Amino acid sequence: MIKYIKSFTLYELLQGMFLTLKYMFKAKVTINYPHEKGPLSPRFRGEHALRRYPSGEERCIACKLCEAVCPAQAITIEAEPREDGSRRTTRYDIDMSKCIYCGLCQESCPVDAIVEGPNFEFATETREELMYTKEKLLENGDRWEQEIAQNIYLDRKYR
Amino acid sequence: MNNFSYLNDLIIPGGIIIAQIMAVLMPVLISVAFLVYAERKVLALIQLRRGPNVVGPFGILQSFADALKLLTKENIVPANSNKIVFLLAPIITMVLSLAGWAVIPFSPNWVIADINVGIMYLFAVSSLGVYGIIMAGWASNSQYPFLGALRSAAQMVSYEVSIGFVIITVLLCVGSLNLSKIVEAQETVWFAIPLLPMFVVFFISALAETNRLPFDLPEDESTLVAGFFTEYSSASFVLFFLGEYASMILMSSMTVILFMGGWLPPFDIFPLNAIPGVIWFVIKVIFILFLFIWVRGTFPRYRYDQLMRLGWKIFLPLSLLWVVLTAGFLIVFDMVPNSL
Repeated sequence: MIKYIKSFTLYELLQGMFLTLKYMFKAKVTINYPHEKGPLSPRFRGEHALRRYPSGEERCIACKLCEAVCPAQAITIEAEPREDGSRRTTRYDIDMSKCIYCGLCQESCPVDAIVEGPNFEFATETREELMYTKEKLLENGDRWEQEIAQNIYLDRKYR
Repeated sequence: MNNFSYLNDLIIPGGIIIAQIMAVLMPVLISVAFLVYAERKVLALIQLRRGPNVVGPFGILQSFADALKLLTKENIVPANSNKIVFLLAPIITMVLSLAGWAVIPFSPNWVIADINVGIMYLFAVSSLGVYGIIMAGWASNSQYPFLGALRSAAQMVSYEVSIGFVIITVLLCVGSLNLSKIVEAQETVWFAIPLLPMFVVFFISALAETNRLPFDLPEDESTLVAGFFTEYSSASFVLFFLGEYASMILMSSMTVILFMGGWLPPFDIFPLNAIPGVIWFVIKVIFILFLFIWVRGTFPRYRYDQLMRLGWKIFLPLSLLWVVLTAGFLIVFDMVPNSL
């Protein structure tokens, strides 16, 4: 009997309607993306960058561990000794269209040279622009150095 | 001399009628655009989203941008379709959803055609809406539109029966088929209060009649792609869309006229009855439209057999019973309106 009264007075339907009415006055959860951005973890794996030492010398020693570990085989490295005898890369290419952003390259790097920075807004109009060269990666490193250094500092306890 | 009589007999009254039609239809079409925007905004609020907020201040121009985008697209007519019927269907839907506005009284004497069978005309026009859908489904010559059209036909016919009984109940209390008279009969109390169960039945049937959620089975995305207008694109799609929302506003106006006292203020006291009737009418229509959207944001879609069960096994007996009860009540207490 109570069941019939409930269904004829639309009791449960009205309950549902009041629930949605309550939700209308709650705070919105979507953020206004291009104008507002959500928080990123220090471990966020975004666009790659090659870092330098404070002296300006590039960190990469061409050990090719990243090339070896890369599961997508997106990294290509060529290296030969420089005039001063140090071992440096002559070519360091990342095919960003192959990269799966697993972060194994930065984990394998013994000198924190290749890192994945906090930048995720690097969409391009052509495929060719995603074939990153050493120059592009070093330039990224110079541009994002402050953020990258901060992230590495914040994550130091877990490394 | 001959030319002069033409001017008096044909051109001037014709011009006045066209001006009247424009005065009603332009606001209706513009309010359709804002209704689509309001729907997206309200649904977004219910789902804790933001909704359109880029085109114009707070995104209010979004619907116009969408309409322009659709109109500049290519109108694809499928090779297998029956082309004449295919192109005629959206036009019919649109025309029918606008034709009903001829008898809607916005305020005392603010009506294009104050005919004595206004409610019959309105009921007939809203029922004819199913033809546009059936023609679209059949002419597309493709499986999903066909299924959508069949569902729509069965659904609209089922719910028209209970809408018919609800209208009869109201007419028993009024004693006239004229929409202005129906509104005037609610001077003392809106019919929504003494006939509350019928008001609810009418509102739910109106949802089914306009193919709105939770009864939008003719255009059920999860099973039928887009239902009867799957094959439509560009301008014909816009016509369907406009038609659907215009008939939604028409159904809301019908609800307001039958149950919520049309242009009458809620209480006949000073600050309320100083506001013009049109504004009361518009406020009430907006409230009913908000209910339509609110219901859409709350309930999941019915299964088809549940929809039919609700229509034939619950609403039909309930409304029939209420017709008999109302008639009996009116006779026993000698309250039958004598204008019959």
